Amino acid sequence: MNNKEKYVKAFVEALNVGEESVEQLKYQSVEEWDSVGHMSLIAALEEAFDIMMDTDDIIELDSFEKGMSILSENYEIEF
Amino acid sequence: MGDGMGGFEEMLELKPYSLEKGEKERVLGERLIGLSRQHYGACEEYQRVVDAFGVDLGRVNSYYDLPFLPVRLFKELELRSVPEGEIVKTMTSSGTSGQRVSKIYVDRRTAGYQQKVLVKLVSSFTGNARMPMMILDCPSVVKNRAMFSARGVGILGFSILGRDRVYGLDDEMRLDVEGVVSFLERHKGERIFLFGFTFMIWQHFYKELLRLKERGVRLDLSNGILIHGGGWKRLESEAVSRREFCDRLGEVCGLKEIHDYYGMVEQTGCIYMECEYGHLHASVFSDVIVRRPEDFSVCGIGEKGIIQVVSAIPESYPGHCLLTEDEGMILGEDDCPCGRKGKYFSVRGRLKNAEIRGCSDTYGGNF
Repeated sequence: MNNKEKYVKAFVEALNVGEESVEQLKYQSVEEWDSVGHMSLIAALEEAFDIMMDTDDIIELDSFEKGMSILSENYEIEF
Repeated sequence: MGDGMGGFEEMLELKPYSLEKGEKERVLGERLIGLSRQHYGACEEYQRVVDAFGVDLGRVNSYYDLPFLPVRLFKELELRSVPEGEIVKTMTSSGTSGQRVSKIYVDRRTAGYQQKVLVKLVSSFTGNARMPMMILDCPSVVKNRAMFSARGVGILGFSILGRDRVYGLDDEMRLDVEGVVSFLERHKGERIFLFGFTFMIWQHFYKELLRLKERGVRLDLSNGILIHGGGWKRLESEAVSRREFCDRLGEVCGLKEIHDYYGMVEQTGCIYMECEYGHLHASVFSDVIVRRPEDFSVCGIGEKGIIQVVSAIPESYPGHCLLTEDEGMILGEDDCPCGRKGKYFSVRGRLKNAEIRGCSDTYGGNF
């Protein structure tokens, strides 16, 4: 699995959403991505990439796209 | 609402306990007066309250002069300052069954501010590193995702500061001994973050640890830092003082670092953390004003009265300036021996005829 696939998988599994819709996701745009879902998502991302995110990044991560830029800028994960 | 004059983004850059009286009153005042004007234009009920107080918001220049809403107004009215469609979560205050609960309507922006402020305040005590976290409560508290109880709000808000989160209790409120032991093994030698509500911790964690200890099983939490809130009323009825709570927890599991906090769901984010000297502290994002019940004039230092709280956060509902049902007193300002600037105070319990309310307190009703 490449990084993009791992990233998508974390969203699909943590938020229980379909793979086809993940790219448009924003925080609070679907019921599943609420504050509870957010913590599951962060745990899934941390496990998938073996990282520990800063609290600021956890708060800033508010869309599928934003998450990729945070991971690549601050955690050296290339997509 | 824009982030121009009196906006919040710049305020968020401030260190939480860095401003002395004059500067704090200027910065916080600008924001709170700005918020009042916004809510006046956006929330009809708030407008009526302000008008009833006879206050002209155009002429107010200190937040001490802003009208304050009694917290119970949120039980009686749906107070919102943004369209219903923008509300992303509704939080409810604690209330025992049969009582009406407050409903607090939060949009994305206000939710973000709540989380950011909470993290800033707590991490100024715990440090920035996210610690392995044990929540001293049961997992079902956050199950109803559309409607968060005050307990759920607290747990979720603090969760961001932890990692490898586990719940110490199961849904029957029994200590998950196996889970706790394996958690502690996994994180041997690490600093552990514990979070929970005062009465639940006493009833379901401390008492169980005591039983285990009598059977020769001792859990070591000497690397732990515990943050707890929710009120003392239930413990007072068991005649357990703040001091005893800390001492006994220390005896039973070695826990040394314990911080209480004071806060309410109506002003989520702006909690008042207890320092090393046992004082509750107001940060730059909020303040406490103690008032005399007879005429609502401002009490002096050391004088008991009703606690008013102000918070720079709420944009989606007019909850920035509230009169609580708690009694307390200001202990001092800018001169706590811990070095934090701002007011420090103590809470002396509920007003006599106020409804009994508090996160850990309400739970006791089912007991």
